[in-house]
Amino acid sequence: MYELCDVSRSFDGTAVVERVDLAIEAGKTTVLIGPSGCGKSTLLRLMLGLIAPGSGTVKFEGAQVTPLSAPALRRRMGYVIQGGGLFPHLTARENVALLARHLGWERERIDARIESLARLAQIAPDVWERYPIRISGGQQQRIALLRALMLDPDVLLLDEPLGALDPIVRADLQEELKEVFDTLRKSVVLVTHDMSEAAFFADTIVLMKRGRIVQSGTFRELDESPEDPFVTRFIRAQRSFAAG
Amino acid sequence: MRKRTAALLAVVLVAALVPLSSPVDAPRVGSKKFTESVILGELVAAAASGAGVEVLHARELGGTRILFQALLSGEIDVYPEYTGTIAKEILAGEGIEGEGELRSRLLEDGVIVSRPFGFNNGYAIGMLEERAQKLGIRTVSDLASHPDLVFGFSNEFMDREDGWPALQRVYGLAQRDVSGMDHDLAYRQLASGSIDAMEVYTTDAGIRYHGIRTLEDDRGHFPLYQALLLYRADLAEREPQMVAAMLALEERISEEEMMALNAAAQLERIPEREVAASFIARELGVEVELETQTRWDRLCKHTLEHLELVRRSFLLAVLCGLPLGILAAKKRRAGQLILAVVGVIQTIPALALLVVLIEPAAALGLTGVGTGSAAAICALFLYSLLPIVRNTCEGLRGIPPELRESAEALGLPPAARLRLVELPLASRTILAGLKTAAILNVGFATLGALIGAGGYGQPILTGIRLDDYALILEGALPSAALALLVQALFELCDRIVIPAGLRLSSQG
Repeated sequence: MYELCDVSRSFDGTAVVERVDLAIEAGKTTVLIGPSGCGKSTLLRLMLGLIAPGSGTVKFEGAQVTPLSAPALRRRMGYVIQGGGLFPHLTARENVALLARHLGWERERIDARIESLARLAQIAPDVWERYPIRISGGQQQRIALLRALMLDPDVLLLDEPLGALDPIVRADLQEELKEVFDTLRKSVVLVTHDMSEAAFFADTIVLMKRGRIVQSGTFRELDESPEDPFVTRFIRAQRSFAAG
Repeated sequence: MRKRTAALLAVVLVAALVPLSSPVDAPRVGSKKFTESVILGELVAAAASGAGVEVLHARELGGTRILFQALLSGEIDVYPEYTGTIAKEILAGEGIEGEGELRSRLLEDGVIVSRPFGFNNGYAIGMLEERAQKLGIRTVSDLASHPDLVFGFSNEFMDREDGWPALQRVYGLAQRDVSGMDHDLAYRQLASGSIDAMEVYTTDAGIRYHGIRTLEDDRGHFPLYQALLLYRADLAEREPQMVAAMLALEERISEEEMMALNAAAQLERIPEREVAASFIARELGVEVELETQTRWDRLCKHTLEHLELVRRSFLLAVLCGLPLGILAAKKRRAGQLILAVVGVIQTIPALALLVVLIEPAAALGLTGVGTGSAAAICALFLYSLLPIVRNTCEGLRGIPPELRESAEALGLPPAARLRLVELPLASRTILAGLKTAAILNVGFATLGALIGAGGYGQPILTGIRLDDYALILEGALPSAALALLVQALFELCDRIVIPAGLRLSSQG
């Protein structure tokens, strides 16, 4: 799905992503995890082509992601930003339909697509005509997910999709998201800083630290055969925090 | 959608550019913005009218430079001028003496000089009789022994070759507290005692009214200011009857008569047009029909003129300001430049900007001075840019980065992002900019009267000149009311243009 080859990127002289090689498998869920500032969100934005790498290449299904190719490629990627990123001037329905309408889809086709998407997530019927300011956080996140899925993308990229939610909503939505991923069998790249969330979703976990990949593999691999003391520290820290 | 936008743009552009009234093709008389000049202009108009030639009188166009430029460019065909002004100001530095030399020099520019009307309206220095008496000042030389006196001169007098700098030199005057101000305001300052002396014209009605002593020019500094007409050489071919009629005024007006005419207009508040008509009837035996203008007529006329100025300049500013603001938000470098330029424009004094714009406007074949003045519209347009450009730029820059990124990640091309997401999100700020620009525009448009563009500024200027509060209010009140109306219209616009989702959020 994605192939990142020796990718580096710095902002104002500070390296944020450094010499990253990473292959993301189709149909699997890959979780990018690490402490804040480790470059995981930047990596996601490099995949979307929202920013260009300083050096190295990013390829999506064999095509290189460049500022020129990115706009077209992006329509085959669904992106959900932390907090949802719904446009406050549009209703939930208008948010989901925005791109399809711009592309000139017929009204019937849009309605049918939204109806079939609505079955994936638990959305109260009256939410569709409301503006984001009047929609709860959990529902906003669901709408944002459906907006990303509207054009049936090949890959779903999610940046801390559960980050801004309170614990109960979070637990519900986590289950629901997992179901959606399983139903759709899409490739998913998810960014989080929470190891239990990573373990819950991931086929592959990619642990990052200061712009570099420390280790990638299943949770069991990371837990049982860490390649660096940092891996154990990171897993322990989150466990003791969860227990204590 | 794109077609609709283009259609809307076209409609706004047409609305901005098309003048409501077409310019009338008639000979134009100009006058400066003081009562005597206006009366002389009316005399010419009345004389022409008596001879069956209808002319337009572009009253109170401004100062010497504006009038002479307008004459050269053909904006006006004739205006009253003074020999001293021609020698010392229009042809300053050319060392021209005497009427004959003056005549042949101006003919080179295609301008004919008439014979004098018959009176001298020279400069003099005036003080309140009482104050002058107390200080024992009778001549200009006497001023030298009172260096603490406060002087207020018209801006023109401050700059003229024969004005304050020369007077100071010739008489060795050491006064430091000397400021430039509007001539009509100077009278009030003098009456209230804020200034001790000002320059007056020797036929000013204000001299009698305020009880002013004119100081004797004991060193003969001030040249003669014989009033006469300057007119374009081609006018004699185009309108021989009009020229013959107006030249009948040569040598017909004495100094006393002129002061009486000034007093009738200024002190008795008889409209200049009537003052002129009765003089023409008395002296030349020509009856001129007068259309009477009620206050309501004037209000309607000024409202139309004012709206015309605001409409054309504001719509143009919107059409240019929005794209400039968008450009400024998108391109960092260009943005800094654009914001700097529109910011600097705002600091240019209105009169300077108006005067600078007259010539280019005339060169483009547009109306430079008078009603529908392109120079006034252009100046208003420039003043309206800043709030529009800045608010558009700030509104777009202020969009939360996550929303901008969401729009980009969604795969919307830049133009669609702008139209569907960014402009709606910035709509509140942009509209606030438009509202500010429109309200300022209504106020600034009163300045258009400085170059005869009409509107509510006209009664304000005339009111200041005639010291007539009712007339000032006739311009100031409707102008304020119009500003409030514009404000209300924009509040209504907010409800239509700002998306419902954003209005909800502002209510919390």
